Amino acid sequence: MTEIIASSTTNTSTFAQRTTDAVNDPELRKNFRAAMDFLIEKRQSVFDSDDELQRLRRLGNRIRSRALSKLPQLLQQLETNLTNNGIKVHWAETPEQANAIIYQIIEQKNASKVVKGKSMVSEEVEMNDYLIERNIECVESDMGEYIIQLDNEKPSHIIMPAIHKTAEDVAHLFKKHIPGTEYNEDVDFLIQTGRKVLRKIFYEADIGVSGVNFAVAETGTLCLVENEGNGRMSTTVPDVHIAITGIEKVVELLSDVPPLYSLLTRSATGQEVTTYFNMISSPRKEGEHDGPREVHLVLLDNGRSQAYADTQLRDTLNCIRCGACINHCPVYTRVGGHAYGTVYPGPIGKILSPHLLGMEETKDLPGASSLCGACGEVCPVKIPIPDILLRLRQESVHPDRSGQSEYKPTLKGQGAKYSSKEHSLWRTWAMVYSSPRMYAFISFLATRFGRLMPRRLTPWGKARTLPQPARKSLHQMVKERQA
Amino acid sequence: MSIRDQILGRLDAALKNTNCQPLYAEHEDRSVVTEYYQYTPEQRVERLTKMMQASHSEVHQVSEKNWPAKLLDLMQAKQLNNLVIGDNTPHGQQLTNHWKEFDETPDLKSCQRDIEQWKDELFHNTDAALTGSRGGIAATGSIIVWPTPEEPRLISLVPPVHFILLRASTIHNSFAEVMALEKWQQGLPTNALLISGPSKTADIQLTLAYGAHGPRELIVLIVNDMETR
Repeated sequence: MTEIIASSTTNTSTFAQRTTDAVNDPELRKNFRAAMDFLIEKRQSVFDSDDELQRLRRLGNRIRSRALSKLPQLLQQLETNLTNNGIKVHWAETPEQANAIIYQIIEQKNASKVVKGKSMVSEEVEMNDYLIERNIECVESDMGEYIIQLDNEKPSHIIMPAIHKTAEDVAHLFKKHIPGTEYNEDVDFLIQTGRKVLRKIFYEADIGVSGVNFAVAETGTLCLVENEGNGRMSTTVPDVHIAITGIEKVVELLSDVPPLYSLLTRSATGQEVTTYFNMISSPRKEGEHDGPREVHLVLLDNGRSQAYADTQLRDTLNCIRCGACINHCPVYTRVGGHAYGTVYPGPIGKILSPHLLGMEETKDLPGASSLCGACGEVCPVKIPIPDILLRLRQESVHPDRSGQSEYKPTLKGQGAKYSSKEHSLWRTWAMVYSSPRMYAFISFLATRFGRLMPRRLTPWGKARTLPQPARKSLHQMVKERQA
Repeated sequence: MSIRDQILGRLDAALKNTNCQPLYAEHEDRSVVTEYYQYTPEQRVERLTKMMQASHSEVHQVSEKNWPAKLLDLMQAKQLNNLVIGDNTPHGQQLTNHWKEFDETPDLKSCQRDIEQWKDELFHNTDAALTGSRGGIAATGSIIVWPTPEEPRLISLVPPVHFILLRASTIHNSFAEVMALEKWQQGLPTNALLISGPSKTADIQLTLAYGAHGPRELIVLIVNDMETR
């Protein structure tokens, strides 16, 4: 299994450690707060009619649920139509398999230079590392992705990967890594610098890799949503285009695309529309003068079929990756994207990552939520994220009985957070609360001796002021009043 | 069993085990995608213009006759020295013929050749491109471009300035509407695009910057063909 490591800047061991470091960094908190506030406002202003928003969300949910309700059939239809259109389809169960497929295509072409448009699934499989280890040059072309690649970091947001960096950070980075570049924190200058470097990369690249926003089964079409044009460059200039996506990205009908596209751009960045909507249905045909001669699609499972097997957890796969849940999450805003230690941060990351990585590596994530419900409220396809978080909390402490016959765990690594100490504590608690005598005895003790409790009862009391038991219990006071 | 069959097998089993019934599109209320975006033909031009300007595009109203002259003016004002055109297209021919009458016009380049033959020229020595369009979308201020052998994919992307001809009569209300009306599901080209402005990014500190990887300028010439239709 691929181990998703945290970025170099936050490469501390545990989730607790990383979040502690993050909340103690006032600069980081300020940056994320400002950025998220901006995105929240932008989204609000672009959905000016609540009636439209709610109806569109219902439709979006319905379209995604419909696609999932016949996923195997649609994947086969997609495969057939893509194949008829001349696009080669590959299937991968694991990140290793996906990378091997991509590498094999590159090798067959004797290629050495890959340019990548933005793709979270390629991050998920850590394609760059895999290819670079095999001496393939692989350059990110989305401005944000390019910036963090220079700094050897991971994205801190699925839509805006370099949101944690300031213009000054980028100016320093460009000066250090791009020969002949002076320090200049003007954003236009920085973008033009990136443009110049990446133009050369596009020009020379043998292979273009991209993600997919929607794969249309009806027509065999891959849809890409973007503003920069790097997606179009990566899928048009090189001679070979390899798209990689998760098996859940398929939609049934072409007419499913406009409502989802509208929900995506408005929820993500508060844009009515992005600069480019790019629909690819075949490689270069006879008589056409440009475009790749080969187009491939890699369909990746990587734990998605595990989520699919459970009616409630299946909803996770409705996601269209807009990032609205992330933008509205009070936890994400305070700790930033790297603290999660997973490719997909924030609420969606918390419910998706356990399937991709297993519960052992993600056991703390479902608990890292205040359950305020903002994520579920803004989700354009109405994924009940808080309910799924609760469910995953339960699954994380359900002991794994995989040794027993007939037992099939819902999740890989289920019960990873199980602790016999915690378990017996809650059992005792339940016992006390279901027995009036025991309850009376314990509250007697608490009211008399509660003040003797240690002030810093760890770990709960580490960051909290402990409550002081009252001198008289409510029962006692009611009794006295009645007397 | 192949990896494909294993994945599909697991998905099939999951559907069976959870007793999941397929849902059907016929039962969905789709009115929301079109209801909010109903305009008269004049409103469509207005809305598209407003939306495109908001996304930093330049929009000009032109006539069937005068657009080549307007384009020449714009090229000269912007000090652009050459222009790629699809010289086989009706508008490419109209432009060529019109510009012949002038002594000093920017160079016209043809894109009727495989990219391999002129990639260097396109990337390093091309100032602007002109393309036609299939239509427009008023709701979002978008232009529908289906690249053809006459006007290939890269000419609307690589040059720093993109001029685009849009006939007012081809502007539709919404993406959903035009797709349904023209029955796109019956056959899409190699590449179909919506273009809604110049290339841009807000990846550094959420500050908008134009000309990220594609054209820095998008100039839309809306040809008023409403009376003649």
